[in-house]
Amino acid sequence: MKRKFLASPYIVWMMIFIVVPMLMIVYYAFTQDGSFSVENMVRAFGELPMTALWRSLYMAFISTVICIILGYPAAMCLCSKNLKRKSLILVLYMVPMWMNFLLRTYAWAVILERTGIINTFLASVGLPPQKLLYTDGAVILGMVYNFLPFMIMPIHSSLSKIDPMLIEAAEDLGANRARVFTRVTLPLSFPGIVSGITMVFMPAASTFAISQLMGNNTQQLFGEMVEQQFRTLYNYNYGSALSLVLLALMLLSMAIMRKFDKNGEGAALL
Amino acid sequence: MNKKIALVLVLVLVLPALLGLTACGSKKPVLHVYNWEDYIDPAVIDMFEEEYGVTVKYSAFTTNEDMFALLQSGATSYDVIFPSDYIIERMIAEDLIAEIDYSLLPNFEHIAPEFASGVGYDPEAKYSVPYMWGTVGILYNTTMVSEPITSWEVLWDPQYDDNILMLDSIRDSLGITLKYLGYSLNSRDAAELEEAKLALIDQKEYVLSYVVDQGKDKMVRGEAAMAVVWSGDAAYAMAQNPDLDYVIPEEGSNIWVDAMVIPANSENQELAHAFIDFMCRPDIAQMNAEYIGYSSPNATAVANMDSAISGDERFYPSPEVIANCEYFHDLGDDLDMYNEMWSEIKSGATGN
Repeated sequence: MKRKFLASPYIVWMMIFIVVPMLMIVYYAFTQDGSFSVENMVRAFGELPMTALWRSLYMAFISTVICIILGYPAAMCLCSKNLKRKSLILVLYMVPMWMNFLLRTYAWAVILERTGIINTFLASVGLPPQKLLYTDGAVILGMVYNFLPFMIMPIHSSLSKIDPMLIEAAEDLGANRARVFTRVTLPLSFPGIVSGITMVFMPAASTFAISQLMGNNTQQLFGEMVEQQFRTLYNYNYGSALSLVLLALMLLSMAIMRKFDKNGEGAALL
Repeated sequence: MNKKIALVLVLVLVLPALLGLTACGSKKPVLHVYNWEDYIDPAVIDMFEEEYGVTVKYSAFTTNEDMFALLQSGATSYDVIFPSDYIIERMIAEDLIAEIDYSLLPNFEHIAPEFASGVGYDPEAKYSVPYMWGTVGILYNTTMVSEPITSWEVLWDPQYDDNILMLDSIRDSLGITLKYLGYSLNSRDAAELEEAKLALIDQKEYVLSYVVDQGKDKMVRGEAAMAVVWSGDAAYAMAQNPDLDYVIPEEGSNIWVDAMVIPANSENQELAHAFIDFMCRPDIAQMNAEYIGYSSPNATAVANMDSAISGDERFYPSPEVIANCEYFHDLGDDLDMYNEMWSEIKSGATGN
């Protein structure tokens, strides 16, 4: 009873800033000039937005896979008993997140530019300049860089909860290190991976700022389409219909996460 | 340790509140001004405060769209705003701005007649007072472009493959393409727009990137041979890098004006008029124009300027060049057609 009372400020906050705006999106998505219409929803599933959506999902998928490949070993490192100065390394993971992500992305653009640090170095050793920025690869780099901590943290938290005695038991019973990993560590850290995936995949799929700063912008991402509807075209109805598609995807991915994540690990992080 | 942090937090939270209170305590009238980021000589504000014994609360926006959204929400009470032409047209249509009493503006006579007599966005000259103006053109790096640029056609020249920066802005990019093809940049003709769309799709393989704010800085750093920019940004970039030059292509271009308006819900319209009049005073207009480097519509101020500035055809083009340029108009529902074209341009698989 007392606990519920403590949650009430957040519940009020959530109602005003999360639930009400979502209802407004639904309202706008299904109306046109104030009356009910499915026209915008039909348009949101048309060829153009779907092309952009697939492109967004594809880029987000690659970024997520890279984040797992980079993030899982990093999280294991952070959990290892032999690691000295663990808190310092954790702080180093967190520090970039305290800086505005637009600034960090701008910095990447300056590093990768034709006249940037890398190409200046290449030129000084006599190598031809490379086109590093203005490519899909640069956009994926930007996504991985910005979202990697969101992959490492949940994996780290689920790894650190594994009872070391389970691993010792497996070793005592004759499992080699690879087998301990595949049969004990990996399955037990699965909830962390799943919540990491949802926390990386959806922001990556809906981003517009990273691609605007690092890509060549000749092909739109879904997030850019949504942004454009609201900021330059004032088409709140179509913009909301597009957002609703993303929102539905997000709820779907959260439902999938729930299924895997029975310990409520990700829920605590979200 | 924790106590110290708590103390710091308390100070951080309480101090601004206290400062806020002292500001409210003064009895001077307050004028709320809402202008573009870095778009005024700060000394001008101090001078106005001193001469009129008032306090100016100055805030800044970065895009017309942000400003418009905030104003439309009705949650603000600014007294003077500095929007661009096409958004003024929209604000007039939505009754967001008040008519200006020009009898309160003795210095309005200094505004050049071609700007004072009402242009496209405010045809009867009832709602706005021009502040700065400019064009859209090509900013190019003379070390990377050998021939003289005269036409928009250069943006389709394979020689500059991967060396062209376009504006990531629907109206501007489609607008200059329409101009290149010999049409109006306010065209509502589906066939003309289709032609512009195909031209932009063809162009994609040569474009290094579509950019907005980053374009001018990239040009300063020598990232690309040329970029489509607003003349004000061109002046800024050229001051930073002497290799850069700016041209208004011969097919004509967009001409734009940022003007001062008084929102309908302003609580201090009299002082707002005084501020606008102050901005029209030739010495003040000259200070602002020289500080921000944009072109001033104030004829007296321009006449007083160094002829190296006022005689520069790139930023004070001849009347013939201006006559060849068009203002953007608010397209209303036809903007959807532009939007659809833009999505098609950006969804194609071509490009590099």
